[in-house]
Amino acid sequence: MIATDTERELEFQAKIDRGEVIEPKDWMPERYRKQLIRMMSQHAHSEVVGMLPEGNWITRAPSLARKAILLAKVQDEGGHGLYIYSAAETLGIDRGEMIDQLHTGKAKYSSIFNYPTLNWADIGAIGWLVDGAAIVNQTALAKCSYGPYSRAMIRICKEENFHHKQGYQMLAYMMRGTKEQQEMAQDAMNRFWWPALMMFGPSDTDSPNSAELMRWKVKLYSNDELRQRFIDRTVPQAEAIGLKIPDPKLKYNETTRHYEHGEIDWQEFKNVVNGNGPCNRERLRARVKADADGKWVRDAAEAYAKKHMN
Amino acid sequence: MNTTTENNSALFEYLLRLGDTSLILGHRLAEWCGHAPILEEDIALTNISLDHIGQARLLLDYAGKIEGKGRSEDALAYHRDARQFRNLLMAEQPNGDFGNTMVRQFLISVYNFHLYSALSKSADAELAAIAAKSVKEVAYHVRHSSDWLIRLGDGTAESHERVQQSINDLWIYVDDFFNGDEVDAMLVSQNIAPELNAIRPLWNETVQLTMVKAGLQIPQVNSAMRTGSRKGNHTEYLGYILAEMQFLPRAYPDAEWL
Ligand SMILES: [Fe+2]
Ligand SMILES: [Fe+2]
Ligand SMILES: [Fe+2]
Repeated sequence: MIATDTERELEFQAKIDRGEVIEPKDWMPERYRKQLIRMMSQHAHSEVVGMLPEGNWITRAPSLARKAILLAKVQDEGGHGLYIYSAAETLGIDRGEMIDQLHTGKAKYSSIFNYPTLNWADIGAIGWLVDGAAIVNQTALAKCSYGPYSRAMIRICKEENFHHKQGYQMLAYMMRGTKEQQEMAQDAMNRFWWPALMMFGPSDTDSPNSAELMRWKVKLYSNDELRQRFIDRTVPQAEAIGLKIPDPKLKYNETTRHYEHGEIDWQEFKNVVNGNGPCNRERLRARVKADADGKWVRDAAEAYAKKHMN
Repeated sequence: MNTTTENNSALFEYLLRLGDTSLILGHRLAEWCGHAPILEEDIALTNISLDHIGQARLLLDYAGKIEGKGRSEDALAYHRDARQFRNLLMAEQPNGDFGNTMVRQFLISVYNFHLYSALSKSADAELAAIAAKSVKEVAYHVRHSSDWLIRLGDGTAESHERVQQSINDLWIYVDDFFNGDEVDAMLVSQNIAPELNAIRPLWNETVQLTMVKAGLQIPQVNSAMRTGSRKGNHTEYLGYILAEMQFLPRAYPDAEWL
């Protein structure tokens, strides 16, 4: 007897409720597949676009040791991109199509990479805050219902932890340095703190996809829960090295044992998501240009492979 | 001047030549970050750049010790001016298109491969150890760049034409590789460095082999050959590289960066 879609969907939901993992060959609702493609390609694009603001400082790293650390980090991020693209391909879309969606603006990437890296301390702030926020998100995603995504997250999180630690150490060292170095570090903190909080997405009251994604265990925690987790673990780290959080309303609530924070500027968030952040145009143009400039190289590789097939 | 001092200053010079070439080529490759033709190449170029920076650190660190004036790898990288740099002229040439970057990489990596293979048997144990470690990385650089030369040379008409043009453009910096001076001679006499005359035929052979596979022509030797790196006579490009690379330590001389 052939099961109807409704029956299949009930079975699918039951499977998820039992905590089973969905694998590429398993039946899944079309909408589940679409949502995962959206999330995974967005994640892969973020890893790749993220190479731009960090790559911006490799040639200016102030010591050879730091230059090597930054090169290794950026190389890791490219590897994450590659790995997540492959995981997304298990859903029946190829990398070229996902990249086209990025270039035409149909697919998004993390809004954080639309902020410029203006001083060297920004590299520390990205490692500590941006990779730090990514870890909170990705640790949750490591328990998500789609097998290939969850496994990718487990593997990637190990490297993100390393990046997080190195970024923090860099800022800690600068905070023990000259007055100018301390100012650079605080300036980076002032510019990256709020955008890092926005990485968790809109507040729960304003998060359109959340309920469905949580039912499917693609998301296991709400945006606000994850944001809170990030704040709670990051504020003491900032205080330990003498960095001030640029939020006058931030305070520890003894009863809830959580930090309370000021209102996030959701208008700014919407602007950046909709393409009007400080670097949206530059980032996208850089990716489109790299793709266009490299076309003759890809064409040549393809022509060569065809000629030498046997 | 006693012989130890002379030996040491020759070895110091020699180490700068190797270390600076790695540093400057690593810098050029890092400029590609996020702009490569495909993601795999973004990763590969970053990886090769990282190898070069790693080699530069070992070589410059050792150079500072041989010099004996307390200069660290960073003091040497960030506080010398262009005339004190000893990198090969080829290394500082701009990236151009991806094919041009691969040609530059190929010509230098083949040179490094034969040089470091010989240096891994150097009478100087520390240099021998650095060379032995580096040559494994360099073997991958040769493989990666020659694979691309072959694909581009034997790919489309456009890729063939572009990559041949890059070879023609870069060829004038080849003699600079082999233009040894009294420093080379002194270290050769002590079995610390190999004869450049012995490296050249090996280099020719490896380059020729790939060129044939790629269907590319070795340009006619002409009178425009540029040399001078061993005396710090560079092209105009190096000054701009250093202005960018050295900006922070120069702007904040009291700061330490870890
Ligand atoms: Fe990453
Ligand atoms: Fe990530
Ligand atoms: Fe990372």
